[in-house]
Amino acid sequence: MRTLSAAPLAQFQDAFSRALFEEPAQAGAAVAALVAQPAFAVYRNTVAKGCIDALQANFPAVARLVGEDWFRAAAAVYVADERPAVPSLLAYGESFPQFLRAFPPAAELPYLAGVAQLDRFWTAAHVAADASALEHSAFARFDPDMLGEAMLHPHPAARWAWFDEGPVFTIWSRNREECADEGDIDWRAEGALITRPEEAVRWTSVDAAGCRFLDACAQGQPIAQALDAALGVDPDANLVRLVSGLLAAGAFAQLTLPSRNEP
Amino acid sequence: MAPFLTAGLGLKPRHYAEARDCPAAGLWFEVHPENYLVDGGPRLRWLAAIRERHPVSLHGVALSLAADAPPDAAHLVALRRLADRIEPTLVSEHLAWSTWRGAYHPDLLPFPRTNEALARISSNVSAAQEALGRRIAVENPSHYLRIDGHEWEEIDFLSELAHRTGCGLLLDVNNVFVSAANLGFDAADYIDAFPAAPVMEIHLAGHSRDPALGERLLVDSHDAPVSEAVWSLYGRLVSRIGPRPTLIERDDNVPEFAELLAERDRAHALLSAPMARAA
Repeated sequence: MRTLSAAPLAQFQDAFSRALFEEPAQAGAAVAALVAQPAFAVYRNTVAKGCIDALQANFPAVARLVGEDWFRAAAAVYVADERPAVPSLLAYGESFPQFLRAFPPAAELPYLAGVAQLDRFWTAAHVAADASALEHSAFARFDPDMLGEAMLHPHPAARWAWFDEGPVFTIWSRNREECADEGDIDWRAEGALITRPEEAVRWTSVDAAGCRFLDACAQGQPIAQALDAALGVDPDANLVRLVSGLLAAGAFAQLTLPSRNEP
Repeated sequence: MAPFLTAGLGLKPRHYAEARDCPAAGLWFEVHPENYLVDGGPRLRWLAAIRERHPVSLHGVALSLAADAPPDAAHLVALRRLADRIEPTLVSEHLAWSTWRGAYHPDLLPFPRTNEALARISSNVSAAQEALGRRIAVENPSHYLRIDGHEWEEIDFLSELAHRTGCGLLLDVNNVFVSAANLGFDAADYIDAFPAAPVMEIHLAGHSRDPALGERLLVDSHDAPVSEAVWSLYGRLVSRIGPRPTLIERDDNVPEFAELLAERDRAHALLSAPMARAA
């Protein structure tokens, strides 16, 4: 039995963890003899592959757009700075959209960060808490005079965003699943709503007024105020169509009055 | 009486429906709980639907029992919630670390088996068992590196861990084979010396070579069928310690469900024979 050469556990783990991502020459004393063994690469490779595989699984539309080689090379750069913080790798890549926005090789693909954000939304919707989607009939239970003060609560799976930079939603939806639609894309700003009213994740385009309305609802503003906010973005917005479109998409889970606590 | 578990399979999302509907005797399924620590959605519903028809085991990869830190409290709470929901037949983890100072390394990392490590891991296993309200099984990992400073042989370390904490052990026969090849010990000797009583579960899996890293290096890649050499060690083990729930792991190059089931049927047949003799 030897005791002298044993590095205390924490010291060993600090050095080993660093060595997984550093050049072998930089390895700390506690693990230098391990890093020098060719088999150390098994750990390096497994950790890197686990992180990159998780990103590829979490951002399939990005990977399809740029191709697997480009994606994995970009992912390797990201992994070097952003290791997973939690063991559920579904959550990994929270900041990958921002990374792509600032990643010089992606500069010619201004829509890429937005596509990544929609991939992220898909995962968030996929694992969000279960809830029934609010139906039109819920409005019938309310005194119409009170509706302006009522609040619409977004569904726990609902995620939405407006993309000034271009047709991000169209590009994303064509690349998220095998899609034969090769038609021309109208180059204009777009919004997207991704949610999971039932078993499967669903998505639809939303206009700027709809996105603003959802933002206001998420902030807890009453319906009248949220509609004003929507009109502020688009004075010509058709408010009835806006609300019924969002309801049909499964964007909301509850309708409550401010005086009541949530049921 | 609960059905006796024989051989099970790692559950793959693409096999959910076939897994749920499979009537094979003794069949059970194992999942990595980390993939199910979600608020809701189809994953959890599928797991619950499969659990309605088959026993399910939770095989964690992220408790990081060998880290010099207590297991993450929030992670334990989430695991407990999943365990309460699924009522697993077994819960297991690894003699390894993966989470360290807020970063999760998706691998099972080694450490020097010192007295210090044994004390820390014993305390971590006890904390995990207490938080989960059940006994867990701890698995022997695959080894690739020669580490200076071991104060314990792995089998003695695991036996002492089981003695101190009351935990069970999960013996991964493929890991023994891979480690024996990489570190130059005799796999059969290891299998013969492993304590029988604490073994709650056995794992079988395929491995592969990585010539880029060394002529003889074996990697515990879970991307191939169980090798004949591992089947032979498994037969040797079961004939000595008797039948134990046995899992076929497969994580890469995942074949059709029927092909995995045929592989698990081989373990099932082996487990059923001595059981029949004992009955």
